[in-house]
Amino acid sequence: MDQTVNVALPKGRLGDNVYEMFEKAGFPSPSIKETSRKLLFENDLHGVRYFWVKPSDVPIYVERGAADIGVAGKDTLLELGPDVYELLDLKTGNCSIVAAAPRNFRDDKRKTLRVATKFVNIARSYYSSLGRDIDIIRLNGSIELAPLLGLSDVIVDIFETGTTLRENDLEVLSVIVPISARLIANKASFKFKNKKLEQIKDSLRAQVR
Amino acid sequence: MELDQSVLTGGEVAAFKLRSLYRQYGYMPYKMSKFEEYELYALNKDFLASDSIITFNDADGKLMALKPDVTLSIVKNSEEIPGLLQKVYYDEQVYRTAGTLNAIREIRQAGVECIGEIDTYHSCEVLLLAARSLYSISKSYILDVSHMGFVAGLLECIDISESCKRELLDCIRGKNRHGIEVICGAAGLADDMLERLLTLVQAYGPMERVLDELRPVILNEAMSSSFTELEQVCSVLKNLGYDRNVMFDFSVASSMRYYNGLLFTGYIDGIPSGVLSGGRYDKLMHKMGKKSGAIGFAVYLDLLEGLLSQNNGYDVDILLLYSDDARVETLNRAAQDFVSRGLTVRVQKAVPKELRFRRLFRLSGNEVTELGSDR
Repeated sequence: MDQTVNVALPKGRLGDNVYEMFEKAGFPSPSIKETSRKLLFENDLHGVRYFWVKPSDVPIYVERGAADIGVAGKDTLLELGPDVYELLDLKTGNCSIVAAAPRNFRDDKRKTLRVATKFVNIARSYYSSLGRDIDIIRLNGSIELAPLLGLSDVIVDIFETGTTLRENDLEVLSVIVPISARLIANKASFKFKNKKLEQIKDSLRAQVR
Repeated sequence: MELDQSVLTGGEVAAFKLRSLYRQYGYMPYKMSKFEEYELYALNKDFLASDSIITFNDADGKLMALKPDVTLSIVKNSEEIPGLLQKVYYDEQVYRTAGTLNAIREIRQAGVECIGEIDTYHSCEVLLLAARSLYSISKSYILDVSHMGFVAGLLECIDISESCKRELLDCIRGKNRHGIEVICGAAGLADDMLERLLTLVQAYGPMERVLDELRPVILNEAMSSSFTELEQVCSVLKNLGYDRNVMFDFSVASSMRYYNGLLFTGYIDGIPSGVLSGGRYDKLMHKMGKKSGAIGFAVYLDLLEGLLSQNNGYDVDILLLYSDDARVETLNRAAQDFVSRGLTVRVQKAVPKELRFRRLFRLSGNEVTELGSDR
Protein backbone atom coordinates (compact mmCIF):
# COMPACT_ATOMS: atom_id res chain seq x y z
CA MET A 1 0.00 0.00 0.00
CA ASP A 2 0.91 3.66 -0.23
CA GLN A 3 3.24 4.27 2.70
CA THR A 4 3.26 8.06 2.35
CA VAL A 5 2.22 9.54 5.67
CA ASN A 6 -0.44 12.24 5.48
CA VAL A 7 0.02 14.93 8.11
CA ALA A 8 -2.71 17.41 9.02
CA LEU A 9 -1.26 20.61 10.47
CA PRO A 10 -3.30 23.35 12.14
CA LYS A 11 -3.34 26.63 10.20
CA GLY A 12 -1.77 29.53 12.03
CA ARG A 13 1.14 30.26 14.34
CA LEU A 14 0.94 26.94 16.17
CA GLY A 15 1.07 25.07 12.86
CA ASP A 16 4.15 27.07 11.76
CA ASN A 17 5.95 26.16 14.99
CA VAL A 18 4.96 22.54 14.69
CA TYR A 19 6.09 22.34 11.07
CA GLU A 20 9.51 23.60 12.21
CA MET A 21 9.61 20.65 14.60
CA PHE A 22 8.80 18.21 11.80
CA GLU A 23 11.47 19.84 9.65
CA LYS A 24 14.12 19.60 12.36
CA ALA A 25 13.06 16.03 13.05
CA GLY A 26 14.10 15.19 9.50
CA PHE A 27 10.84 15.43 7.56
CA PRO A 28 11.09 18.70 5.61
CA SER A 29 8.91 19.74 2.69
CA PRO A 30 10.45 23.05 1.59
CA SER A 31 7.63 24.00 -0.81
CA ILE A 32 5.40 24.57 2.21
CA LYS A 33 7.12 27.88 2.88
CA GLU A 34 6.47 29.32 -0.57
CA THR A 35 3.40 31.48 -0.78
CA SER A 36 1.20 29.71 -3.27
CA ARG A 37 -2.29 28.40 -3.64
CA LYS A 38 -1.16 24.84 -3.27
CA LEU A 39 -2.95 22.79 -0.63
CA LEU A 40 -0.80 19.67 -0.44
CA PHE A 41 2.92 19.69 0.20
CA GLU A 42 4.65 16.46 -0.60
CA ASN A 43 8.14 15.18 -0.03
CA ASP A 44 8.64 11.86 -1.80
CA LEU A 45 12.11 11.44 -0.40
CA HIS A 46 10.90 11.38 3.18
CA GLY A 47 7.50 9.89 2.43
CA VAL A 48 5.42 12.66 4.00
CA ARG A 49 2.60 14.84 2.70
CA TYR A 50 1.51 17.90 4.69
CA PHE A 51 -1.66 19.93 4.49
CA TRP A 52 -3.09 22.81 6.47
CA VAL A 53 -6.57 22.63 7.95
CA LYS A 54 -8.57 24.64 10.42
CA PRO A 55 -7.16 23.73 13.89
CA SER A 56 -10.44 22.37 15.20
CA ASP A 57 -10.78 20.14 12.10
CA VAL A 58 -7.48 18.29 12.62
CA PRO A 59 -8.98 15.56 14.89
CA ILE A 60 -11.71 14.91 12.31
CA TYR A 61 -9.22 14.43 9.46
CA VAL A 62 -7.23 12.06 11.63
CA GLU A 63 -10.13 10.09 13.10
CA ARG A 64 -11.56 9.48 9.63
CA GLY A 65 -8.20 8.51 8.19
CA ALA A 66 -7.82 11.37 5.65
CA ALA A 67 -4.68 12.17 7.64
CA ASP A 68 -2.60 9.45 9.28
CA ILE A 69 -1.28 11.81 11.91
CA GLY A 70 -1.92 15.41 12.87
CA VAL A 71 -1.27 18.03 15.46
CA ALA A 72 -4.12 19.34 17.57
CA GLY A 73 -4.45 21.37 20.74
CA LYS A 74 -5.51 19.41 23.81
CA ASP A 75 -8.52 21.77 23.94
CA THR A 76 -9.93 20.51 20.65
CA LEU A 77 -9.23 16.91 21.69
CA LEU A 78 -11.11 17.34 24.95
CA GLU A 79 -13.92 19.13 23.20
CA LEU A 80 -14.38 16.65 20.33
CA GLY A 81 -13.27 13.43 22.05
CA PRO A 82 -12.09 11.77 18.82
CA ASP A 83 -11.22 8.07 18.75
CA VAL A 84 -7.50 8.48 18.03
CA TYR A 85 -4.16 7.74 19.66
CA GLU A 86 -2.53 10.66 21.46
CA LEU A 87 1.11 9.81 20.89
CA LEU A 88 3.09 12.79 22.09
CA ASP A 89 2.85 16.04 24.00
CA LEU A 90 4.73 18.49 21.79
CA LYS A 91 4.86 21.02 24.65
CA THR A 92 4.31 23.92 22.32
CA GLY A 93 1.31 26.24 22.07
CA ASN A 94 1.12 26.12 25.85
CA CYS A 95 -1.86 27.81 27.44
CA SER A 96 -4.78 26.78 29.61
CA ILE A 97 -8.53 26.72 29.68
CA VAL A 98 -9.81 28.81 32.55
CA ALA A 99 -13.03 30.00 34.08
CA ALA A 100 -13.01 33.79 34.31
CA ALA A 101 -15.39 36.51 35.49
CA PRO A 102 -15.54 40.28 36.03
CA ARG A 103 -13.23 41.42 38.83
CA ASN A 104 -15.95 41.92 41.41
CA PHE A 105 -17.83 38.69 40.63
CA ARG A 106 -19.33 36.65 43.47
CA ASP A 107 -20.95 33.29 42.65
CA ASP A 108 -24.54 33.37 43.91
CA LYS A 109 -25.16 29.65 44.51
CA ARG A 110 -28.94 30.11 44.62
CA LYS A 111 -28.98 30.82 40.90
CA THR A 112 -28.11 28.82 37.83
CA LEU A 113 -24.69 29.96 36.65
CA ARG A 114 -24.67 31.30 33.10
CA VAL A 115 -21.48 30.24 31.29
CA ALA A 116 -20.46 31.65 27.91
CA THR A 117 -17.97 29.52 26.02
CA LYS A 118 -16.73 27.96 22.82
CA PHE A 119 -15.79 24.83 24.78
CA VAL A 120 -19.21 23.45 25.60
CA ASN A 121 -18.12 19.95 26.58
CA ILE A 122 -15.16 21.05 28.66
CA ALA A 123 -17.31 23.59 30.53
CA ARG A 124 -20.08 21.06 31.06
CA SER A 125 -17.82 18.37 32.49
CA TYR A 126 -15.92 20.85 34.67
CA TYR A 127 -19.05 22.28 36.31
CA SER A 128 -20.70 18.89 36.62
CA SER A 129 -17.62 17.68 38.54
CA LEU A 130 -18.32 20.59 40.93
CA GLY A 131 -22.01 19.74 41.04
CA ARG A 132 -22.86 23.27 39.90
CA ASP A 133 -26.02 23.82 37.89
CA ILE A 134 -25.18 25.82 34.77
CA ASP A 135 -26.73 27.26 31.65
CA ILE A 136 -24.30 27.07 28.74
CA ILE A 137 -24.28 29.82 26.14
CA ARG A 138 -22.34 28.71 23.10
CA LEU A 139 -20.47 31.53 21.39
CA ASN A 140 -17.96 31.38 18.55
CA GLY A 141 -15.80 34.39 19.37
CA SER A 142 -15.35 37.51 21.54
CA ILE A 143 -16.29 35.42 24.56
CA GLU A 144 -14.95 38.15 26.91
CA LEU A 145 -17.77 40.41 25.81
CA ALA A 146 -20.49 38.18 27.26
CA PRO A 147 -20.15 39.04 31.00
CA LEU A 148 -19.60 42.73 30.21
CA LEU A 149 -23.01 42.92 28.54
CA GLY A 150 -24.71 40.71 31.10
CA LEU A 151 -25.13 37.86 28.63
CA SER A 152 -23.37 35.49 31.04
CA ASP A 153 -21.98 35.43 34.59
CA VAL A 154 -18.70 33.76 33.75
CA ILE A 155 -16.76 32.59 30.71
CA VAL A 156 -14.74 29.46 30.01
CA ASP A 157 -12.01 30.26 27.53
CA ILE A 158 -8.39 29.88 26.45
CA PHE A 159 -5.95 31.83 28.61
CA GLU A 160 -2.61 32.55 27.03
CA THR A 161 -1.01 35.76 28.27
CA GLY A 162 -3.96 37.24 30.08
CA THR A 163 -3.89 40.50 28.11
CA THR A 164 -7.41 40.19 26.75
CA LEU A 165 -8.81 39.37 30.16
CA ARG A 166 -6.98 42.23 31.85
CA GLU A 167 -8.04 44.75 29.23
CA ASN A 168 -11.65 43.77 29.77
CA ASP A 169 -11.39 43.83 33.54
CA LEU A 170 -11.85 40.08 33.89
CA GLU A 171 -9.93 37.78 36.18
CA VAL A 172 -9.25 34.04 36.33
CA LEU A 173 -11.43 32.13 38.82
CA SER A 174 -9.78 28.77 38.26
CA VAL A 175 -7.59 26.91 35.81
CA ILE A 176 -9.64 24.05 34.38
CA VAL A 177 -7.00 22.28 32.34
CA PRO A 178 -3.54 23.03 30.94
CA ILE A 179 -3.33 22.88 27.14
CA SER A 180 -0.56 22.12 24.67
CA ALA A 181 -0.22 20.72 21.18
CA ARG A 182 -0.44 16.94 20.82
CA LEU A 183 0.61 14.55 18.09
CA ILE A 184 -2.37 12.34 17.29
CA ALA A 185 -2.64 9.29 15.05
CA ASN A 186 -5.39 7.40 13.29
CA LYS A 187 -5.83 4.01 14.92
CA ALA A 188 -5.77 1.97 11.72
CA SER A 189 -2.85 3.95 10.25
CA PHE A 190 -0.91 3.27 13.42
CA LYS A 191 -1.14 -0.45 12.62
CA PHE A 192 -0.54 -0.39 8.89
CA LYS A 193 2.13 2.32 8.82
CA ASN A 194 3.54 1.46 12.21
CA LYS A 195 7.26 1.66 11.47
CA LYS A 196 7.06 5.02 9.78
CA LEU A 197 4.79 6.55 12.43
CA GLU A 198 6.98 5.30 15.28
CA GLN A 199 9.95 6.79 13.48
CA ILE A 200 8.24 10.18 13.13
CA LYS A 201 7.11 10.07 16.75
CA ASP A 202 10.57 9.24 18.08
CA SER A 203 12.28 11.93 15.98
CA LEU A 204 9.71 14.49 17.11
CA ARG A 205 10.16 13.47 20.74
CA ALA A 206 13.81 14.49 20.41
CA GLN A 207 12.61 17.99 19.39
CA VAL A 208 10.35 18.46 22.39
CA ARG A 209 11.76 20.90 24.88
CA MET B 1 -29.11 -18.81 -13.12
CA GLU B 2 -25.67 -18.11 -11.81
CA LEU B 3 -25.24 -15.42 -9.16
CA ASP B 4 -23.65 -12.28 -10.53
CA GLN B 5 -21.25 -11.28 -7.73
CA SER B 6 -21.09 -7.70 -8.94
CA VAL B 7 -24.63 -7.02 -7.71
CA LEU B 8 -23.52 -7.56 -4.12
CA THR B 9 -22.26 -4.73 -1.95
CA GLY B 10 -19.07 -5.10 0.06
CA GLY B 11 -21.07 -5.76 3.22
CA GLU B 12 -23.18 -8.47 1.53
CA VAL B 13 -20.19 -10.31 0.10
CA ALA B 14 -18.55 -10.24 3.53
CA ALA B 15 -21.75 -11.43 5.23
CA PHE B 16 -21.99 -14.50 2.97
CA LYS B 17 -18.35 -15.37 3.45
CA LEU B 18 -18.57 -14.94 7.22
CA ARG B 19 -21.70 -17.04 7.56
CA SER B 20 -20.14 -19.93 5.71
CA LEU B 21 -16.95 -19.56 7.75
CA TYR B 22 -18.88 -19.78 11.04
CA ARG B 23 -20.85 -22.76 9.77
CA GLN B 24 -17.60 -24.56 9.00
CA TYR B 25 -16.81 -24.48 12.70
CA GLY B 26 -20.24 -25.76 13.68
CA TYR B 27 -21.75 -22.46 14.83
CA MET B 28 -25.52 -22.34 14.44
CA PRO B 29 -27.49 -19.41 13.04
CA TYR B 30 -29.32 -17.33 15.62
CA LYS B 31 -32.23 -15.29 14.35
CA MET B 32 -33.85 -12.84 16.66
CA SER B 33 -36.61 -10.31 16.74
CA LYS B 34 -35.88 -6.68 15.95
CA PHE B 35 -36.93 -5.50 19.39
CA GLU B 36 -36.53 -6.41 23.00
CA GLU B 37 -37.88 -5.13 26.30
CA TYR B 38 -36.24 -1.84 27.16
CA GLU B 39 -35.41 -3.00 30.67
CA LEU B 40 -32.67 -5.31 29.40
CA TYR B 41 -30.74 -2.34 28.03
CA ALA B 42 -31.55 0.01 30.89
CA LEU B 43 -29.94 -2.47 33.31
CA ASN B 44 -26.82 -2.89 31.22
CA LYS B 45 -26.41 0.55 29.75
CA ASP B 46 -22.64 0.69 30.15
CA PHE B 47 -22.26 -2.41 28.03
CA LEU B 48 -23.71 -0.64 25.02
CA ALA B 49 -21.63 1.33 22.56
CA SER B 50 -24.07 4.23 22.56
CA ASP B 51 -26.49 5.69 25.07
CA SER B 52 -29.51 6.48 22.98
CA ILE B 53 -31.96 3.75 22.26
CA ILE B 54 -35.13 3.96 20.17
CA THR B 55 -38.04 3.02 22.40
CA PHE B 56 -41.75 2.55 21.82
CA ASN B 57 -44.73 1.03 23.62
CA ASP B 58 -46.20 -2.27 22.55
CA ALA B 59 -49.92 -3.07 22.60
CA ASP B 60 -49.85 -3.73 26.37
CA GLY B 61 -48.08 -0.49 27.10
CA LYS B 62 -44.79 -2.26 27.79
CA LEU B 63 -41.73 -0.20 26.93
CA MET B 64 -39.83 -1.84 24.10
CA ALA B 65 -36.59 -0.96 22.33
CA LEU B 66 -35.23 -1.45 18.84
CA LYS B 67 -32.18 -3.64 19.40
CA PRO B 68 -29.01 -1.56 19.88
CA ASP B 69 -26.99 -4.71 20.51
CA VAL B 70 -27.12 -8.42 19.81
CA THR B 71 -24.94 -9.93 22.54
CA LEU B 72 -27.26 -9.00 25.42
CA SER B 73 -30.20 -10.78 23.80
CA ILE B 74 -28.17 -13.90 23.14
CA VAL B 75 -26.82 -13.97 26.70
CA LYS B 76 -30.27 -13.43 28.14
CA ASN B 77 -31.69 -16.36 26.24
CA SER B 78 -28.73 -18.68 26.66
CA GLU B 79 -29.28 -21.98 28.41
CA GLU B 80 -26.69 -23.33 30.76
CA ILE B 81 -26.04 -27.02 30.40
CA PRO B 82 -23.02 -28.20 32.42
CA GLY B 83 -20.18 -29.36 30.23
CA LEU B 84 -21.78 -28.09 27.02
CA LEU B 85 -21.14 -24.99 24.97
CA GLN B 86 -23.53 -22.93 22.94
CA LYS B 87 -22.05 -21.77 19.68
CA VAL B 88 -24.09 -19.36 17.62
CA TYR B 89 -23.57 -16.85 14.84
CA TYR B 90 -25.77 -13.99 13.73
CA ASP B 91 -26.18 -11.47 10.94
CA GLU B 92 -28.47 -8.73 12.21
CA GLN B 93 -29.33 -5.06 12.04
CA VAL B 94 -28.86 -3.01 15.19
CA TYR B 95 -29.93 0.56 15.85
CA ARG B 96 -27.62 2.96 17.61
CA THR B 97 -26.25 6.45 17.39
CA ALA B 98 -23.08 6.95 15.41
CA GLY B 99 -21.06 9.71 13.80
CA THR B 100 -20.47 13.29 14.76
CA LEU B 101 -24.12 14.29 14.85
CA ASN B 102 -25.10 11.33 17.00
CA ALA B 103 -27.88 10.48 14.61
CA ILE B 104 -29.47 7.05 14.98
CA ARG B 105 -28.38 4.65 12.29
CA GLU B 106 -29.13 1.15 11.19
CA ILE B 107 -25.94 -0.88 11.42
CA ARG B 108 -25.44 -4.38 10.10
CA GLN B 109 -23.42 -6.70 12.31
CA ALA B 110 -22.34 -10.28 11.91
CA GLY B 111 -20.59 -12.21 14.61
CA VAL B 112 -20.27 -15.22 16.84
CA GLU B 113 -20.86 -15.94 20.51
CA CYS B 114 -19.50 -18.95 22.34
CA ILE B 115 -21.17 -19.47 25.71
CA GLY B 116 -20.40 -22.03 28.42
CA GLU B 117 -17.25 -23.29 30.07
CA ILE B 118 -14.68 -21.53 27.95
CA ASP B 119 -11.33 -23.30 27.89
CA THR B 120 -8.12 -22.42 26.09
CA TYR B 121 -9.21 -24.29 22.98
CA HIS B 122 -12.34 -22.19 22.69
CA SER B 123 -10.59 -18.88 23.38
CA CYS B 124 -8.23 -19.74 20.56
CA GLU B 125 -11.03 -20.95 18.29
CA VAL B 126 -12.84 -17.63 18.61
CA LEU B 127 -9.60 -15.69 18.02
CA LEU B 128 -8.91 -17.86 15.01
CA LEU B 129 -12.41 -17.16 13.68
CA ALA B 130 -11.83 -13.44 14.21
CA ALA B 131 -8.56 -13.60 12.27
CA ARG B 132 -10.14 -15.67 9.50
CA SER B 133 -13.13 -13.29 9.34
CA LEU B 134 -10.74 -10.41 8.68
CA TYR B 135 -8.73 -12.47 6.17
CA SER B 136 -11.91 -13.26 4.26
CA ILE B 137 -12.49 -9.54 3.86
CA SER B 138 -8.92 -8.53 3.01
CA LYS B 139 -5.52 -10.16 3.10
CA SER B 140 -4.10 -6.98 4.55
CA TYR B 141 -5.52 -7.07 8.06
CA ILE B 142 -4.39 -6.83 11.66
CA LEU B 143 -5.96 -8.33 14.75
CA ASP B 144 -4.92 -6.58 17.96
CA VAL B 145 -5.24 -8.70 21.07
CA SER B 146 -5.16 -7.51 24.65
CA HIS B 147 -6.00 -9.02 28.02
CA MET B 148 -8.20 -7.14 30.48
CA GLY B 149 -7.03 -9.39 33.31
CA PHE B 150 -3.49 -8.18 32.80
CA VAL B 151 -4.46 -4.49 32.69
CA ALA B 152 -6.88 -4.78 35.62
CA GLY B 153 -4.25 -6.74 37.59
CA LEU B 154 -1.78 -3.90 37.19
CA LEU B 155 -4.30 -1.17 38.04
CA GLU B 156 -5.25 -3.14 41.16
CA CYS B 157 -1.73 -2.72 42.54
CA ILE B 158 -1.82 1.02 42.13
CA ASP B 159 -2.99 2.94 45.13
CA ILE B 160 -5.04 5.76 43.60
CA SER B 161 -8.71 6.73 43.44
CA GLU B 162 -11.17 4.97 41.12
CA SER B 163 -11.59 8.10 39.03
CA CYS B 164 -7.80 8.32 38.53
CA LYS B 165 -7.81 4.66 37.51
CA ARG B 166 -10.44 5.42 34.91
CA GLU B 167 -8.26 8.24 33.62
CA LEU B 168 -5.29 5.87 33.49
CA LEU B 169 -7.36 3.40 31.50
CA ASP B 170 -8.27 6.20 29.09
CA CYS B 171 -4.58 7.00 28.67
CA ILE B 172 -3.79 3.33 28.03
CA ARG B 173 -6.55 3.29 25.42
CA GLY B 174 -5.11 6.40 23.75
CA LYS B 175 -1.44 5.24 23.93
CA ASN B 176 -0.98 8.44 25.87
CA ARG B 177 2.40 8.22 27.67
CA HIS B 178 2.52 11.85 28.76
CA GLY B 179 -0.96 11.58 30.26
CA ILE B 180 0.16 8.64 32.41
CA GLU B 181 3.24 10.57 33.51
CA VAL B 182 1.07 13.50 34.59
CA ILE B 183 -1.42 11.36 36.53
CA CYS B 184 1.32 9.34 38.26
CA GLY B 185 3.26 12.49 39.05
CA ALA B 186 0.24 14.13 40.65
CA ALA B 187 -0.53 10.98 42.68
CA GLY B 188 3.09 10.63 43.80
CA LEU B 189 3.37 7.12 42.44
CA ALA B 190 6.62 5.16 42.78
CA ASP B 191 8.91 5.16 39.75
CA ASP B 192 8.76 1.41 39.23
CA MET B 193 4.95 1.57 38.92
CA LEU B 194 5.21 4.37 36.39
CA GLU B 195 7.77 2.32 34.50
CA ARG B 196 5.37 -0.64 34.41
CA LEU B 197 2.50 1.49 33.13
CA LEU B 198 4.70 3.03 30.45
CA THR B 199 5.90 -0.40 29.32
CA LEU B 200 2.29 -1.52 29.05
CA VAL B 201 1.21 1.51 27.02
CA GLN B 202 4.25 1.29 24.71
CA ALA B 203 3.96 -2.43 24.09
CA TYR B 204 2.77 -2.98 20.56
CA GLY B 205 3.78 -5.46 17.92
CA PRO B 206 4.40 -9.13 17.19
CA MET B 207 3.17 -11.40 19.99
CA GLU B 208 6.49 -12.90 21.06
CA ARG B 209 8.27 -9.55 21.25
CA VAL B 210 5.50 -8.01 23.37
CA LEU B 211 5.51 -11.01 25.73
CA ASP B 212 9.23 -10.48 26.31
CA GLU B 213 8.63 -6.80 27.05
CA LEU B 214 5.80 -7.57 29.45
CA ARG B 215 7.43 -10.30 31.51
CA PRO B 216 9.12 -7.83 33.92
CA VAL B 217 5.81 -5.98 34.44
CA ILE B 218 4.09 -8.91 36.19
CA LEU B 219 3.29 -8.20 39.83
CA ASN B 220 0.60 -10.58 41.02
CA GLU B 221 -1.31 -13.77 40.39
CA ALA B 222 -3.96 -12.13 38.20
CA MET B 223 -1.30 -10.73 35.89
CA SER B 224 0.70 -13.92 35.73
CA SER B 225 -2.31 -16.10 34.88
CA SER B 226 -3.35 -13.60 32.18
CA PHE B 227 0.21 -13.69 30.90
CA THR B 228 0.09 -17.50 30.69
CA GLU B 229 -3.12 -17.27 28.68
CA LEU B 230 -1.47 -14.82 26.28
CA GLU B 231 1.48 -17.18 25.92
CA GLN B 232 -0.91 -20.01 25.01
CA VAL B 233 -2.69 -17.81 22.48
CA CYS B 234 0.66 -16.82 21.01
CA SER B 235 1.84 -20.38 20.58
CA VAL B 236 -1.45 -21.64 19.09
CA LEU B 237 -1.83 -18.77 16.62
CA LYS B 238 1.83 -18.94 15.68
CA ASN B 239 1.55 -22.63 14.90
CA LEU B 240 -1.42 -21.89 12.67
CA GLY B 241 0.60 -19.25 10.84
CA TYR B 242 -1.22 -16.16 12.07
CA ASP B 243 1.73 -14.53 13.84
CA ARG B 244 2.27 -11.95 11.11
CA ASN B 245 -1.22 -10.52 11.41
CA VAL B 246 -2.01 -10.91 15.09
CA MET B 247 -0.42 -8.31 17.38
CA PHE B 248 -0.56 -7.76 21.10
CA ASP B 249 -1.73 -4.27 21.95
CA PHE B 250 -2.97 -3.16 25.35
CA SER B 251 -4.62 -0.03 24.05
CA VAL B 252 -7.52 -2.36 23.26
CA ALA B 253 -9.24 -1.77 26.56
CA SER B 254 -12.87 -1.68 27.51
CA SER B 255 -15.13 -1.37 30.49
CA MET B 256 -13.72 -3.47 33.35
CA ARG B 257 -17.25 -4.09 34.55
CA TYR B 258 -18.12 -6.41 31.69
CA TYR B 259 -14.92 -7.74 30.19
CA ASN B 260 -12.39 -9.81 32.06
CA GLY B 261 -10.13 -11.77 29.74
CA LEU B 262 -9.01 -11.58 26.14
CA LEU B 263 -10.13 -8.51 24.27
CA PHE B 264 -9.52 -7.79 20.59
CA THR B 265 -10.07 -5.38 17.73
CA GLY B 266 -9.58 -6.02 14.03
CA TYR B 267 -8.47 -3.59 11.35
CA ILE B 268 -8.56 -3.77 7.56
CA ASP B 269 -6.10 -1.77 5.49
CA GLY B 270 -7.99 1.13 3.93
CA ILE B 271 -10.70 1.42 6.57
CA PRO B 272 -9.91 4.10 9.16
CA SER B 273 -11.54 2.48 12.18
CA GLY B 274 -11.78 -0.99 13.68
CA VAL B 275 -14.15 -3.32 11.77
CA LEU B 276 -14.23 -6.13 14.31
CA SER B 277 -14.35 -6.11 18.06
CA GLY B 278 -14.88 -8.70 20.71
CA GLY B 279 -13.69 -10.31 23.88
CA ARG B 280 -14.30 -12.44 26.90
CA TYR B 281 -17.27 -11.19 28.92
CA ASP B 282 -17.77 -13.51 31.91
CA LYS B 283 -18.57 -10.51 34.07
CA LEU B 284 -21.58 -9.63 31.94
CA MET B 285 -22.74 -13.25 32.24
CA HIS B 286 -22.46 -13.11 36.03
CA LYS B 287 -24.24 -9.78 36.15
CA MET B 288 -27.11 -11.39 34.27
CA GLY B 289 -27.26 -14.30 36.70
CA LYS B 290 -25.39 -16.86 34.62
CA LYS B 291 -22.60 -18.97 36.00
CA SER B 292 -20.63 -19.79 32.89
CA GLY B 293 -18.29 -17.73 30.76
CA ALA B 294 -18.60 -16.36 27.25
CA ILE B 295 -16.49 -15.02 24.42
CA GLY B 296 -17.52 -13.56 21.09
CA PHE B 297 -17.10 -10.81 18.55
CA ALA B 298 -18.94 -8.72 16.00
CA VAL B 299 -17.96 -7.52 12.53
CA TYR B 300 -19.34 -4.12 11.50
CA LEU B 301 -20.50 -4.87 8.00
CA ASP B 302 -21.66 -1.34 7.21
CA LEU B 303 -18.03 -0.19 7.31
CA LEU B 304 -17.23 -2.55 4.47
CA GLU B 305 -19.59 -0.90 2.01
CA GLY B 306 -17.98 -0.49 -1.33
CA LEU B 307 -14.79 -2.22 -0.25
CA LEU B 308 -15.36 -5.46 -2.12
CA SER B 309 -17.88 -4.61 -4.78
CA GLN B 310 -16.26 -4.62 -8.16
CA ASN B 311 -17.32 -1.85 -10.43
CA ASN B 312 -16.04 -1.83 -13.97
CA GLY B 313 -17.09 1.78 -14.38
CA TYR B 314 -20.24 1.03 -16.41
CA ASP B 315 -23.85 0.71 -15.29
CA VAL B 316 -24.71 -1.52 -18.25
CA ASP B 317 -22.90 -3.14 -21.16
CA ILE B 318 -25.48 -2.27 -23.77
CA LEU B 319 -27.90 0.60 -24.18
CA LEU B 320 -30.51 -0.37 -26.78
CA LEU B 321 -32.58 2.47 -28.22
CA TYR B 322 -35.84 2.00 -30.08
CA SER B 323 -38.52 4.25 -31.53
CA ASP B 324 -42.32 4.22 -31.38
CA ASP B 325 -42.71 2.19 -34.55
CA ALA B 326 -40.54 -0.70 -33.34
CA ARG B 327 -42.25 -4.09 -33.11
CA VAL B 328 -42.37 -5.55 -29.60
CA GLU B 329 -41.30 -9.02 -30.80
CA THR B 330 -38.26 -7.68 -32.62
CA LEU B 331 -37.28 -5.51 -29.70
CA ASN B 332 -37.66 -8.42 -27.33
CA ARG B 333 -35.57 -10.69 -29.49
CA ALA B 334 -32.82 -8.07 -29.76
CA ALA B 335 -32.71 -7.59 -25.97
CA GLN B 336 -32.75 -11.36 -25.34
CA ASP B 337 -29.91 -11.78 -27.78
CA PHE B 338 -27.67 -9.53 -25.66
CA VAL B 339 -28.75 -11.08 -22.35
CA SER B 340 -28.12 -14.61 -23.59
CA ARG B 341 -24.57 -13.57 -24.39
CA GLY B 342 -24.11 -12.67 -20.72
CA LEU B 343 -24.30 -8.93 -21.27
CA THR B 344 -26.35 -6.45 -19.28
CA VAL B 345 -28.76 -4.50 -21.42
CA ARG B 346 -30.99 -1.52 -20.86
CA VAL B 347 -33.81 -0.75 -23.28
CA GLN B 348 -34.79 2.92 -23.60
CA LYS B 349 -36.26 5.31 -26.12
CA ALA B 350 -33.68 7.99 -25.41
CA VAL B 351 -30.27 8.09 -23.80
CA PRO B 352 -30.77 8.54 -20.02
CA LYS B 353 -28.75 11.39 -18.58
CA GLU B 354 -26.56 9.69 -16.02
CA LEU B 355 -26.34 6.17 -17.36
CA ARG B 356 -22.84 4.92 -18.14
CA PHE B 357 -22.91 2.31 -20.92
CA ARG B 358 -20.23 0.43 -22.78
CA ARG B 359 -21.88 0.27 -26.22
CA LEU B 360 -24.87 2.02 -27.77
CA PHE B 361 -27.24 0.31 -30.22
CA ARG B 362 -30.40 1.32 -32.06
CA LEU B 363 -33.17 -0.87 -33.37
CA SER B 364 -34.63 0.40 -36.61
CA GLY B 365 -36.98 -1.89 -38.51
CA ASN B 366 -35.50 -5.34 -38.04
CA GLU B 367 -31.94 -4.08 -37.86
CA VAL B 368 -29.85 -3.51 -34.75
CA THR B 369 -27.01 -1.13 -35.52
CA GLU B 370 -24.23 0.11 -33.29
CA LEU B 371 -24.15 3.87 -32.87
CA GLY B 372 -21.13 4.25 -30.65
CA SER B 373 -19.38 3.19 -27.52
CA ASP B 374 -18.27 4.36 -24.13
CA ARG B 375 -19.89 6.86 -21.86
